[in-house]
Amino acid sequence: MAAAVLGSKKKSGSGIFNTKWEPFIYLAPFLIGIIVFTLYPVINIVLISFKEGYRQITGAFTGYGLGNYARILSDPYFINALKNTAMYVIFVVPISTVLSLFFANLLNQKIKGIAIFQTAFFLPMVTSVTAIGLVWKLMFNDRIGVINAVLGLFGVEPIGWLIDPSMNIWALIIYGIWNMMPFTIILLLSGLQNIDPLYYTAARVDGASSSKQFFRITVPLLAPTIGLTCIINMISASKVFGELFPLFNGSPGTAYNLFTVVYYIYYEFSVSRHLGYAAAASIILFLIVFVFTMIQLYVQRKWKYY
Amino acid sequence: MQIKIDHLTKKFPDTVAVDDFTMDFESGKLTALLGPSGCGKSTMLNMLAGILPVTEGHIYFDDDDVTDMPPQKRGVGLVFQNYALYPHMTVLENICFPLEIQKVNKAERIEKAKEMAKLVQIDQYLDRLPKELSGGQQQRVAIARALIKNPRLLLLDEPLSNLDARLRLEMREEIRRIQQETKVTTIFVTHDQEEAMSISDSIVLMKNGVLMQVDKPQELYDDPKHQFVASFLGNPPINMIDGKINEDGDFELLDNSTVIKLNSKVGQVGQEVVLGIRPEAITFDEVKNAKAEIIQRYTMGKEELANIKIGSAEIRVYLSSDYTYKTGDIIEITLRDKGVFLFDKESGKRL
Ligand SMILES: Nc1ncnc2c1ncn2[C@@H]1O[C@H](COP(=O)(O)OP(=O)(O)OP(=O)(O)O)[C@@H](O)[C@H]1O
Ligand SMILES: [Mg+2]
Repeated sequence: MAAAVLGSKKKSGSGIFNTKWEPFIYLAPFLIGIIVFTLYPVINIVLISFKEGYRQITGAFTGYGLGNYARILSDPYFINALKNTAMYVIFVVPISTVLSLFFANLLNQKIKGIAIFQTAFFLPMVTSVTAIGLVWKLMFNDRIGVINAVLGLFGVEPIGWLIDPSMNIWALIIYGIWNMMPFTIILLLSGLQNIDPLYYTAARVDGASSSKQFFRITVPLLAPTIGLTCIINMISASKVFGELFPLFNGSPGTAYNLFTVVYYIYYEFSVSRHLGYAAAASIILFLIVFVFTMIQLYVQRKWKYY
Repeated sequence: MQIKIDHLTKKFPDTVAVDDFTMDFESGKLTALLGPSGCGKSTMLNMLAGILPVTEGHIYFDDDDVTDMPPQKRGVGLVFQNYALYPHMTVLENICFPLEIQKVNKAERIEKAKEMAKLVQIDQYLDRLPKELSGGQQQRVAIARALIKNPRLLLLDEPLSNLDARLRLEMREEIRRIQQETKVTTIFVTHDQEEAMSISDSIVLMKNGVLMQVDKPQELYDDPKHQFVASFLGNPPINMIDGKINEDGDFELLDNSTVIKLNSKVGQVGQEVVLGIRPEAITFDEVKNAKAEIIQRYTMGKEELANIKIGSAEIRVYLSSDYTYKTGDIIEITLRDKGVFLFDKESGKRL
């Protein structure tokens, strides 16, 4: 009762102040920012994806429906984009994770001069993707590239990484693996550094060899971090796009064979000007990423030992 | 298994953590490694376990020189100060781990682990993770994990320091019981003199990396070879009075305020000495060694004590309520033979 009396007294202030709406005044700038720059575009895309016959300039459309979705799901280029993106995720994420785990473990050793190697591994992160992509383009060159040169040493015939459509995806995957590693290594390394060295001492006293220690101590204790990086990488790999430009001069593969989902969105939007298709593809991509995110949240909650 | 260490030294960049240690640990016995914080106990244990490389000297297990043997091959069980249980494994998996490494088949190792768990009385928690156990339970798991591989040597690094007073007492008994049941040679690190006295067959007392004395607990107490040993053991602590030896061979305070007659005259005339008197070493019977004034009487727990002043030196003694002395009374005191020690002031050595 006393509280109610106090509350009513407070309300006697003027206008919106001293009411339950007061906090919103302070939140307003932030909320308006979110609404204008995040919420509005998202809602708009959802709406556009359902608008049939939508024209960007006039804003005219013939009605709401699933036409855009039906259209892109029967578009062989979109299906191909889904397939390529799935291939990319399936190969890039596990391989780069395993390699990163290996390197992170090496970088976590107490060896003199290890800092030099640590820096070397993270260099790609602070270098322009395009510059690195151009270097890779040279490396993938079928005649003068270092990759074919090395493979040649083992008697492998020159491979047309960037000119043979059937090889394009593998060039993209190899480049993607390499590109993803620095960030993954950083995450895993920070996870490794959080493992109490005492467990390794205990394991040594218990008689465990280095490989036993790695598989029975490091991997399980790092599992939460590994899970997290996998999901983050799956999300970012689902959005593969920028990696295509330096390798294939801005086109999706040698013969328009290497569309990815985001490249498809970009293409429908900027080149074909089919906003409805682009929006529908965006929503499909969003749903895929959303599923991954849900898995991440679940996994994160599940894997906690401490 | 008998452990022999020979001129063992461990140097860190700016400390000598273990300094020229030579001694034997008796086979099948429980030895306490006792000393103040930072005196090198853990360093010593870690060298025995093989976790820390040795700077100089040798370690022998029976007749094998194990100085350069990696921990994997030593066959020691080690219980860490904070247990170091693997957080992702259940109690059962933790206990099984050393056998898993030895490739013992699954059924056999589980059976053995259950046996161990019974021995340390944690068999009802086998499916829990370490974080779901209390400190005392975790410690028992750590002991079971250390014991399951039938170690030649069991090392425990201050295993009780994280426990509350009651649990400490309980676990102390427990460790003693387990050690006596398994008869494994055990080294137990502690900085608690009472713990060391109550649990061990013999005590190694160290200070600043140097071995001070190795003896049975009671002998260490009754027959300290060094001032540090006498002052480290005993609660309430021994009284130490600075003084010198007078012409009669008796003890005289530095300010000449009084003389305490000594029962055995071991010092040289004029020598600067420290007289150590245990609180229980003073009686009020026939032979009188000195005069003293009662300053204050009090009880500590169930002990009745008094502070008395001999000349300018104030000391603490047991004074049972059978005596009716009051504050301010001048009384005559008697030194018993047991519990009174004379140390050289400079070297701290017992005279
Ligand atoms: N890795 C190290 N590097 C340098 N100095 C060390 C190292 N480990 C221990 N020391 C030093 O060696 C000495 C002995 O350390 P130690 O850990 O053996 O002491 P302790 O007797 O176990 O002490 P506590 O009872 O506090 O555990 C200390 O002075 C310590 O600072
Ligand atoms: Mg220690």
